[in-house]
Amino acid sequence: MNPILKDAGISALVALGLFGPMIGLKTEASATGLFLVPRPLALAAAVAAVFFGRLVLLTWRGRRPGRYRANRGLSEALKRSGRFLTPVLLAFAVVLPFISGRYGIDLGILVLTYVMLGWGLNIVVGLAGLLDLGYVAFYAVGAYSFALLSQTFGLGFWTCLPLAGLFAATWGVMLGFPVLRLRGDYLAIVTLAFGEIIRIVLLNATSITGGPNGIAGIPRPTLFGLQFSAAGGPDTFSGFFGLEYSPTQRVAFLYYVILGLALLTNWVTLRLRRVALGRAWEALREDEIACRSLGINVTVTKLTAFAIGAAFGGFAGAFFATRNAFISPESFTFIESAIVLAIVVLGGLGSQLGTALAAIVMIGGFEVFRDLAEYRMLLFGTALVLIMILRPRGLVSGRTPSVALGRRREISAELVAEGRG
Amino acid sequence: MAYALQQLINGVTLGMIYGLIAVGYTMVYGIIGMINFAHGDVFMIGAFLSLISLTLLSVLGLSSVPLALALTLVFAAGIAALYGWTIERVAYRPLRGSFRLAPLISAIGMSIVLQNFAQVSQGARVKPIAPLIPGGIQLMNVEGFAVQLSWMQIVIVVTTLAVLGVFTYLVSATPLGRSMRACEQDQKMAGLLGIDTDKTISLTFVIGAALAAVAGLMFLLYYGVIDFFIGFVAGVKAFTAAVLGGIGSLPGAVLGGLAIGLIETFWSAYFSVQYKDVAAFSILVIVLIFLPTGLLGRTDVEKV
Amino acid sequence: MDSPLLQVTDLTMRFGGLTAVNALSFEARRGEITSVIGPNGAGKTTVFNCITGFYRPTSGGIALTHPDGAVFQLQTLPGHRIARRARVARTFQNIRLFAGMTVLENLLVAQHNALMPNVASGLLAVFGLGGHGAAEVIAIDRARGWLDRINLLPRADDPAGALPYGDQRRLEIARAMCTAPVLLCLDEPAAGLNPRESDALAELLKTIQADGCSVLLIEHDMGVVMRISDHIVVLDHGQRISDGDPAHVRADPNVIAAYLGEGDEDDPDVPLAAASDGPLAAAS
Repeated sequence: MNPILKDAGISALVALGLFGPMIGLKTEASATGLFLVPRPLALAAAVAAVFFGRLVLLTWRGRRPGRYRANRGLSEALKRSGRFLTPVLLAFAVVLPFISGRYGIDLGILVLTYVMLGWGLNIVVGLAGLLDLGYVAFYAVGAYSFALLSQTFGLGFWTCLPLAGLFAATWGVMLGFPVLRLRGDYLAIVTLAFGEIIRIVLLNATSITGGPNGIAGIPRPTLFGLQFSAAGGPDTFSGFFGLEYSPTQRVAFLYYVILGLALLTNWVTLRLRRVALGRAWEALREDEIACRSLGINVTVTKLTAFAIGAAFGGFAGAFFATRNAFISPESFTFIESAIVLAIVVLGGLGSQLGTALAAIVMIGGFEVFRDLAEYRMLLFGTALVLIMILRPRGLVSGRTPSVALGRRREISAELVAEGRG
Repeated sequence: MAYALQQLINGVTLGMIYGLIAVGYTMVYGIIGMINFAHGDVFMIGAFLSLISLTLLSVLGLSSVPLALALTLVFAAGIAALYGWTIERVAYRPLRGSFRLAPLISAIGMSIVLQNFAQVSQGARVKPIAPLIPGGIQLMNVEGFAVQLSWMQIVIVVTTLAVLGVFTYLVSATPLGRSMRACEQDQKMAGLLGIDTDKTISLTFVIGAALAAVAGLMFLLYYGVIDFFIGFVAGVKAFTAAVLGGIGSLPGAVLGGLAIGLIETFWSAYFSVQYKDVAAFSILVIVLIFLPTGLLGRTDVEKV
Repeated sequence: MDSPLLQVTDLTMRFGGLTAVNALSFEARRGEITSVIGPNGAGKTTVFNCITGFYRPTSGGIALTHPDGAVFQLQTLPGHRIARRARVARTFQNIRLFAGMTVLENLLVAQHNALMPNVASGLLAVFGLGGHGAAEVIAIDRARGWLDRINLLPRADDPAGALPYGDQRRLEIARAMCTAPVLLCLDEPAAGLNPRESDALAELLKTIQADGCSVLLIEHDMGVVMRISDHIVVLDHGQRISDGDPAHVRADPNVIAAYLGEGDEDDPDVPLAAASDGPLAAAS
């Protein structure tokens, strides 16, 4: 028998075993207890899909043995095109509100929020090599500190923004201090646990956070004191400039706020990479023991990475709160941390351009499949697995030196360590 | 006192379930050094498979409860094992020997897939079953507070101990166990010495998934209700248990499971139910600060 | 000026039941190259790890005296402070460069504390404040000087992990020297080098000594040890069995017994006999 056919047949048998009970027999609750609904057609369809999918995959792979080399080609092409891709992306980002409708701007805000989160987490994971599975905790701290500050003291967005970052950074230091001497996966599980702790506390400290009901009525940002409202007085944006009010003005303004915040994150990261602190982070990722032998205080260096990463998470959180005008613990579940981490890894650790591209691909892609409803997350998970298998090093792998005597030459990803912390 | 004894019984029962899941985490971590994030969801699938099997058997008219449970155990463990095998084959094996974070993301992706697969195929609503083994023994009655040891709890503890017994025999006294331990020490060397490392790793996933399915069945029996989301919470707690016990150590996983089960139960009983997870995670953090490799973990001396 | 640079007193290090170093005392004098030799498993690297803060000794003292008279009890300091305050630098038996960073970056990381005395200055540097720019110019100059000295200037922008083995060894020494140490500890720097590279290494160490930095050396290559050492300490089973200048040590029957006793088991380089008969014997 044709080996490809045989392989596909075996795959179909496995699929029958996997899907038989789960798809073939659906449990339904009724007043008298559970009963089963057989679904032979759905089962047959799923098994057939596996059979033909495997057939196509094997045939295609048989024809193209050079798959992996092609992958590296893509990475290099992206990197080389980075020089003009970056300005093009930036220009597109700047003009987007003028060429797109309300939906496009909203999507742009969403993507940029994740770009910013990705860049923030990139400092911790990509540069310092510390695996943080609870980044969403800092996002939540930022959002809730702004919401609570505005609610309690009536402070506005621009006053609270730095405070939110500061609070998040403080939390980062507080959480980081006891656990940063843990290595690798111990650090991962502890950060995950912290993320969950913060969410559970937000959920249950009802008197302060409103519990599952969240906090509503969070103020919108103003443009130098000008509000975006339909009231039309001289202290509103439309009134001051003599424009006709449109809700798009506010959305466009929010868009530019997050664009500015994201670019700030990017600028700070790029600067940090070129000074002693950032270089120490990367050295830490490469070899912690060597760092110690060179007199670098490993704890302090890790804490700064944690704190700065957290601060950007906090900024993004404050923005999230002001943009939605409502927050609840539901927005800060583990899946958010997972998505941001996936963006960083898919982008290629440490690569700013890669992270931005990954956020566009993942969040944008997620939006494109909005109509799939409940199948959308299924597709999303499958995409994560597939992307990792096809591009384990991310879209843009390799590392650009932070300083050079002559020309900066790309360092191949094989040499760059990913950190054990 | 009577109240505390009751909590002890409940805590041990819950701890056994966590321990069974934690063994799967610790085995996979020990052998390939990755966090198998999808493991909690295999547990959830195991619970669903048990639910389907029990319903099917009752529809078919099987009235003997022990027989139904035994058949369900075998069925759920068998199919879940197939899940474990497939997951390793599809999502992890292509990434073996690559960069550390790629398998982690792939595992997170797999976890999302399994969760949503269960939701799509079995519906998002919670699934209740009627209690299969009602009743129990009243151990004592102090001032109107009756300490109950339900048959269900006895079944859960006994089954778990039996399964763990078989499993311990498997890893300590069989050639398979020897290959597993060899791969854990040094995969490359084990390969050079003629051990089929791919097969050994596959079997590790198969065994871990089967144990998780047993835990799924126990969970279903104990709580009587499941949904597609139980895998995440139970998975995180079982992983916490594995880390608490010292990841890579099999007795440590069971010990950690018991510790988490007891902490959670006692905290709920004496302080607040809402913060039971906070308690469990806080204990984890505190233990790790003082014992950075967990309760029974090996302390690696830093080689310089 | 006669107080020794490094004074090790009754140093003991136990791992569980194993005593790796047992009540060891020796000293290293200022401006000298002191070698610690001994058969495999004699406890040499353990002594190094105690001196550089990677292990906390079970008991005993390690005192380092700076030229200005400041005394540091190294056994009480954490590793990064030993490098930073007491200014003891080290290299590793299995090279630990930052493989994914360039040669130049490796040397700049070594000057971290000069570039960033505290966290605040590190953060100010992001905004171009706090004199980071000027400090970096000096740091790059210093790095350039060292690259010139070890003949790696043309490879400054290559990743350290891509260098040939011998270059990596020398780069690691240069990196340690960029921390401006008073004592440089080298753990088998000649391991894996060919004879020509070993000679170059010996020359480099001599120039480092001439610049005023004292050197503590663990080495199996007796050619190098006998040629450049001012003073040799011989360890066996965690204890000192001989101590003196190269001629003294070479003639010491204890040393010969220790090496010959080990040599037929697992230590293939029976080095003393070879070195004393070889052409390099005359050099010391």
